[in-house]
Amino acid sequence: MISFERVSKRYSEGHDALREVSFAINRDELVFLTGHSGAGKSTLLRLIMLMERPSRGQVSVDGKNLATVGSRGIPQHRRNIGVVFQNHQLLFDRPVFDNVALPLVIAGYDQRDVGRRVRAALDKVGLLDRERAMPVSLSGGEQQRVGIARAVVAKPKILLADEPTGNLDPSLSAEIMQLFEEFNQVGVTVLIASHDLALISRLRHRIITLDQGRLIAGGAS
Amino acid sequence: MIPRRNKGERRERREGASESRARLRDQYNGWLHHHRLSAADSLSRVLESPVASVLTWLVIGIALALPVGLDVALENFGRLGAQWESPAQISLFLQEEVSTDVATELAGGLATRADIAATRFISREEALEEFRTLSGFGDVLDSLDSNPLPHLILVSPADEAGAAALRQNLEGLPEVSEALLDMEWLQRLESLMVLSRRLVQAVGGLLVLGVVLILGNTIRLAIENRREEIVVVKLIGGSNAFVRRPFLYTGLWYGVGGGVFAAALVALSLWFLQQPVGELAALYDTDFRLEGLGVMGGLNLVILGGMLGLAGAWLAVARHLVRIEPH
Ligand SMILES: Nc1ncnc2c1ncn2[C@@H]1O[C@H](COP(=O)(O)OP(=O)(O)O)[C@@H](O)[C@H]1O
Ligand SMILES: [Mg+2]
Repeated sequence: MISFERVSKRYSEGHDALREVSFAINRDELVFLTGHSGAGKSTLLRLIMLMERPSRGQVSVDGKNLATVGSRGIPQHRRNIGVVFQNHQLLFDRPVFDNVALPLVIAGYDQRDVGRRVRAALDKVGLLDRERAMPVSLSGGEQQRVGIARAVVAKPKILLADEPTGNLDPSLSAEIMQLFEEFNQVGVTVLIASHDLALISRLRHRIITLDQGRLIAGGAS
Repeated sequence: MIPRRNKGERRERREGASESRARLRDQYNGWLHHHRLSAADSLSRVLESPVASVLTWLVIGIALALPVGLDVALENFGRLGAQWESPAQISLFLQEEVSTDVATELAGGLATRADIAATRFISREEALEEFRTLSGFGDVLDSLDSNPLPHLILVSPADEAGAAALRQNLEGLPEVSEALLDMEWLQRLESLMVLSRRLVQAVGGLLVLGVVLILGNTIRLAIENRREEIVVVKLIGGSNAFVRRPFLYTGLWYGVGGGVFAAALVALSLWFLQQPVGELAALYDTDFRLEGLGVMGGLNLVILGGMLGLAGAWLAVARHLVRIEPH
């Protein structure tokens, strides 16, 4: 589903964020991506989302070489990927419902479908009763779950998460990880970047480890 | 981008609808829906800060009203000139010492010439009387101890083409101090009008450019205010057109509002001038009235404003949206 072939990324300042990284993630897999701060985890996710282009090597998603996706194809590419950010990136001037509906409105879904799908997504993350609430009135864990609902509402085949539990206490973190496992069980390919080794090593999934831009473990599935 | 929802919007449930069937139609509806929401949301954002918006409208209104108002004034001036346009006429101002009898005789003699169709003699006393009633300077004239006006003979040339040559010929007569071809000042007026129109066009062009820049800057600020939202929308797959849309509508609303203000300002100035102009016209015994923009002219101004608004928004969007990462 996602494959990297000898991918290197050098930022313009001359810093190598990724060096010759190769791995493949199969359909239906849940994989953790770990490594200390600055190891290149976010960079790797940004390459998959086409927020950056690799300096060398090839990234493929769902069988498609991303080098063939031009700038006009980027929005369509991103719509096929759900993303959860550490700082949730919610829009604070509108209620939960509108935040979750965002990807559907962007993709031009019919109004009738939007309400149905948004409620289904909010139901999955346990926030069905908060659809009219404003994000500021929610706790950190609830805000993160709104972010997750937004990431899955359009039923993407791939779900990416960058430090989704970064600001949460251990029990909330475990709940969030369990949510990701549930999405994975219904067929979504999930890739989660996290430096919380204690948490992710308890869950029994493949762990890809980066160290200063090099892949040092977990490359083979 | 994503408009905030209007309260109480209709949301129906339609369970079990086939996913792919009519997907294209749904997308079209969604697109249309987003246009409607963007337009409404942009308008409500504009109205949310009424003072700033009215100021923007006023600035645009003044910038548009100035050239349009000048043009309306010129139009009216041109009509005034046309009203006065009569067959060429030569005014012969006679020498001080020419007596009324000599002058009458001269007028009669000239009328028999082949190159002259008719003459009319206006004595200095008649001229003074006419001037007194028309000008309203009666008191001033009364305080003068002698009549400052000369005798006047109005000469209508037999053919207009020869009027200039005739004027020169008549000026050579010993009784005549000055011969004026009335067409001359009309021609001067005409060229003055052409020059003024050019000036108005140049000023108008500059002001229109100014309007586009003002709107561009306003939209730039709107883009800065919503930077975070733009980033999020781009990250989850919003196309450039999608991100652009609400800002184009914002520009449209500012421009249309500015056009309405401009039309109102022009109408207001005309209304302000109507009475004194009417009095002046009565004084000169014409039924001249100021003519305004009319409904179509006003509508054109509003449309022009809207187009300038869109142009300014395009400019701002093209320059500033691309700078916001990610691409
Ligand atoms: N936009 C950027 N420009 C330059 N250097 C960057 C940029 N983003 C990240 N880096 C550098 O690349 C390295 C990897 O960063 P990142 O992928 O964010 O690591 P992680 O997410 O594992 O903490 C770091 O050294 C970081 O400083
Ligand atoms: Mg990171």
